[in-house]
Amino acid sequence: MPGLGTSFGRGGATTFLQDLSNADCILIEGSNMAEAHPVGFQWVMEAKRRGATVIHVDPRFTRTSAVADLHVPIRAGSDIAFLGGLVNQVLSNDLDFREYVVAYTNAANIIEDDFRDTEDLDGLFSGFDPETGQYDPDSWSYVPDSRRDVEDEERRDQAYSGGSSHGESHQAARSESHGSGGAPVKWKGRRDETLQDPSCVFQILKRHFARYTPEVVQEVCGIEPDQLRRVAEALTSNSGRERTSAFCYAVGWTQHSVGAQMIRTASILQLLLGNIGRPGGGIMALRGHASIQGSTDIPTLFNILPGYLPMPNAKQHQSLDEWVRDDEGKAGFWGNIRSYAVSLLKSYWGDAATPDNDFCFDYLPRITGDHSTYSTVLAMIEGRCKGYFLVGENPAVGSSNGKMQRLGMAALDWLVVRDLQMIESATFWKDGPEIETGELVTEEIGTEVFFLPAATHVEKAGSFTQTQRMLQWRDKAVEPPGDCRSDLQFYYELGTRIRQKLAGSTDEMDRPLLDLAWDYPLDDGGDPDPEAVLREINGTGPDGEVLSAYTQLKPDGSTSCGCWIYCGVYADDVNQARRRKPHWEQDQVAAEWGWVWPANRRILYNRASAAPDGTPWSERKRYVWWDAEADDGKGRWTGADVPDFVPDRAPDFVPEEGAQGPDAIGGQDPFIMQTDGKAWLFAPLGLADGPMPTHYEPAESPVRNPLYGQQNNPTRKRMEVPQNPLNPSWSDVFPYVFTTYRLTEHHTAGGMSRTLPYLAELQPEPFCEVSPRLAAERGLENGGWATIVTGRTAIEARVLVTRRLRSLRLGDRFVEQVGLPYHWGPNGITTGDSANDLVNLTLDPNVYIQDKVGTCDIRPGRRPRGSALTEYVAEYRRRAAMDVQREET
Amino acid sequence: MGSLWGRLDDVQGDAGYGSPSEHPPRMGFFTDTSVCIGCKACEVACKEWNSVPEDGYLLTGMSYDNTQELGASTWRHVAFVEKPLDVPAVDLGMPAMGAPDTEGVTWLMSSDVCKHCTHAACLDVCPTGALFRTEFGTVVVQPDVCNGCGYCVPACPYGVIDLRKDDGRAFKCTLCYDRLKEGQTPACAQACPTESIQFGELTELRERAARRVEELHDRGVDVARLYGADPDDGVGGDGAFFLLLDEPEVYGLPPDPIVTTRDLGSMWRHVGAAAATLVGLGVASFLGRRR
Repeated sequence: MPGLGTSFGRGGATTFLQDLSNADCILIEGSNMAEAHPVGFQWVMEAKRRGATVIHVDPRFTRTSAVADLHVPIRAGSDIAFLGGLVNQVLSNDLDFREYVVAYTNAANIIEDDFRDTEDLDGLFSGFDPETGQYDPDSWSYVPDSRRDVEDEERRDQAYSGGSSHGESHQAARSESHGSGGAPVKWKGRRDETLQDPSCVFQILKRHFARYTPEVVQEVCGIEPDQLRRVAEALTSNSGRERTSAFCYAVGWTQHSVGAQMIRTASILQLLLGNIGRPGGGIMALRGHASIQGSTDIPTLFNILPGYLPMPNAKQHQSLDEWVRDDEGKAGFWGNIRSYAVSLLKSYWGDAATPDNDFCFDYLPRITGDHSTYSTVLAMIEGRCKGYFLVGENPAVGSSNGKMQRLGMAALDWLVVRDLQMIESATFWKDGPEIETGELVTEEIGTEVFFLPAATHVEKAGSFTQTQRMLQWRDKAVEPPGDCRSDLQFYYELGTRIRQKLAGSTDEMDRPLLDLAWDYPLDDGGDPDPEAVLREINGTGPDGEVLSAYTQLKPDGSTSCGCWIYCGVYADDVNQARRRKPHWEQDQVAAEWGWVWPANRRILYNRASAAPDGTPWSERKRYVWWDAEADDGKGRWTGADVPDFVPDRAPDFVPEEGAQGPDAIGGQDPFIMQTDGKAWLFAPLGLADGPMPTHYEPAESPVRNPLYGQQNNPTRKRMEVPQNPLNPSWSDVFPYVFTTYRLTEHHTAGGMSRTLPYLAELQPEPFCEVSPRLAAERGLENGGWATIVTGRTAIEARVLVTRRLRSLRLGDRFVEQVGLPYHWGPNGITTGDSANDLVNLTLDPNVYIQDKVGTCDIRPGRRPRGSALTEYVAEYRRRAAMDVQREET
Repeated sequence: MGSLWGRLDDVQGDAGYGSPSEHPPRMGFFTDTSVCIGCKACEVACKEWNSVPEDGYLLTGMSYDNTQELGASTWRHVAFVEKPLDVPAVDLGMPAMGAPDTEGVTWLMSSDVCKHCTHAACLDVCPTGALFRTEFGTVVVQPDVCNGCGYCVPACPYGVIDLRKDDGRAFKCTLCYDRLKEGQTPACAQACPTESIQFGELTELRERAARRVEELHDRGVDVARLYGADPDDGVGGDGAFFLLLDEPEVYGLPPDPIVTTRDLGSMWRHVGAAAATLVGLGVASFLGRRR
């Protein structure tokens, strides 16, 4: 998400699934779209029917590859090198869409003189502090345009008390807050639109990616130069004024220690090709399941609040002013952050939130660092976290290094599991793998487990926000059986009971709970009305009337809004998410089905679908354009979609000096959430691991990084605890790469599929996929058993020997990859070992997500049982000398 | 009983539903395997709607096909065929791992189903009348009539219909007769995300399929061919027919199916002739004796 957020200003998919059918070329990488998103994939098939070229880049030949025009096998985790190779092809052959690049990106911006590239520092950018493992991004900054820029910034700064606060922003994963608002640059900066200045972004980028030649790509990824050229040819010949190409990705990019930068590389490529904001273009971020987009918009994350407002930090944000100061007044709509923040506080605390008490800003919890899921697990193991809620999640199977998850849960005082099924996370204390090995003993586990049955999606009403930022309303079809309850009712009831217990308290600490606006209309069953909740999220004005757009939000406390980017979903007091006009009764954009944030725009940054002068780039790719005749000659943006721009801002508009917020958006600044109005080829701020992507090896890798002495992402977040031993790289003990994934037939950690006969019978057992060469090398037989080993544990699975897994040639050696679907665990109709138990925890420094690839050994036969398993894995660790302190790389 | 063999344009009329204006048009499936993504949504939707029980939890080791074949408890079956790539794939319009390529592979997927034959041997041999021709031209078993004799099982040239072991009766795809009666699309076609399974009037589907083959041929996919679309074939054409990207055998389909009751008429004629001869001989012998 910060990959997209820092590039374009918002962390959501830039386009919508249906629009993929308008693409002339679709590149799917980091996603097995046909298997994981079969319904959305119909639009890829539709594009293919219309003549588009479909390319699938993936370690395995999957059901997506089967219908693609070209499958390019790649070593898992090496995507930046491949995409970097494409960027190099574009730049070194002058194949970029120059007019677009100059006008709409920061290609022309001049970067500070003291910036040093990884090419100068053997794999590090300037500003790296080896002590903390973090970057200071100061040297990546834009050079100011004039003295005036600096003065403006100083004046803005003086309006707040206290000093600068950029310093610690990365520590608390601040990059995630760029979900709907770019990182705050100090100024728009000096530009050289000839792109000739050696310090301009374009030239820096060109030098940076020059190293990614077809030969290097082959050495890193195992992709033949001819294949790279074919992909480059397909993309460049299907981009430009007349044609567009789209990218689709999913967790195959996000779940890496360089995940955000993989997405950045794709963003850079799509910007150079001029494909963002245009029909048939864009980057389709495919979300893992039903409301993952929704759970970042209205987050279940520790570091952001609804609408991507940053969670206040205990050290940096003592007041409302300090909280918003970095962003307030910056160019673009993110500059109005105070209005969004105050409106959120008003929705939480209602009348209690007043200007005099900073709108109850002090009631908000603060973060002090990393409180992400894996850090929390560590805190459980160490006894610092006593209680845990698991809602619709099965970390005993679905999270990496499952043993750590289970050891953590076994050390809790209490655990609440709300789920549809009796999942492994609720039963680990009696049937988990550690019970079998004797590492845990049921009688000695003190955790009190509360299992609460939950209502399914057909047993409750509410909205999902799916992959294309679309809210779709579900009505309740049947009453939930027995004690099953909706999450909404559960949390409402929990809050009500806690407030009852605290009623009358005079302790200041209880004020945040007691002052909450906690009043919702209830139905006969005591269920809060979900539409009332949606209305609150949408926001209301001084007299309680619903608002229709976030531009109506005010910083003075007169408006209330639960999530500013969702403002408009209840416009006209109508549940807009419940609109269900079929697409065949509408035009291609189908704006009357559901509701899409922001402002029901389907393609983001669609101002870029027109040339700088406001006319469509071509008739074929006409989408949104400037109609100079409209509004009695005052002019207006119009077209197929809701324009993602100030509606009446002429293409030739130049902001006044010192303009702030939306007033500072120029007529040719399509990226209205960016603090400079431009898309970022180079990120001067906002990412923890560098302004440009560069290839590092996964934390566990069979090969040395051919590019630099720096083997791994230097800023990766390491979990150096005994429960998370790391396989040494280029080790003979763990010579193979493994990668985990999903199958169409199952749902994530299996709670909703292993328990259902019709799904379980379709893929009834865990299996691993290996190439014929690897099968021969290790004596594996199709249909037989194999044991797969890492430093964490060993699991068993049946073997599929298939040519769909390819031996990859990297230089003079072969790399073999083992494919492992991860759906199984000890419970359900069909059972088996969980592949996620093999995965190590090394995290992306921007979003703290794990790397889904690692190294392993694979042997024929079933794994040892009981305590013999522990000994078996310990022997591997001894052989790999894993207990010995290794040289840091 | 209607005709047993040969071209038959009004299958419902032949079954006693009157002239074409007196019954609905013949409905069927056109399964375009060139857009199948092997999601198996058809299998699940079919079981869900028709309450078909699970059919065993067996990992076969045969690619992603753990269903194996059609049967009493499997009315849709998605075949997965992994084939080494032997010709430059771009020419086939099929995926390539880089051509020419000795390691490449293609992965064919195809959702199989009861063919709802124009001349359905299962129906013709059913002694109880449990199997019948519907007004939509489809072939359906009535579970409350079936006595489990099993005559239909070897009669089917495709090996579709089968007896459910713990139940004893014969089951197969009904083309969602109950849904058709309500004007709805069969569950499998409704669930198919890529329109690989298309439901409609058979005559229209045949035209659509011919156009699709032409389109694929124009794009260089020379291997595209129809299976079961020809009303002059051994079963008089299928009510559920396919667009394939390889020989039928590759998908486990018989290359040239012939209705097993094709020769029933001539057999009866021969039997009749033989009987007449016998009778004639007998009579003659008597007559001879009298002589």
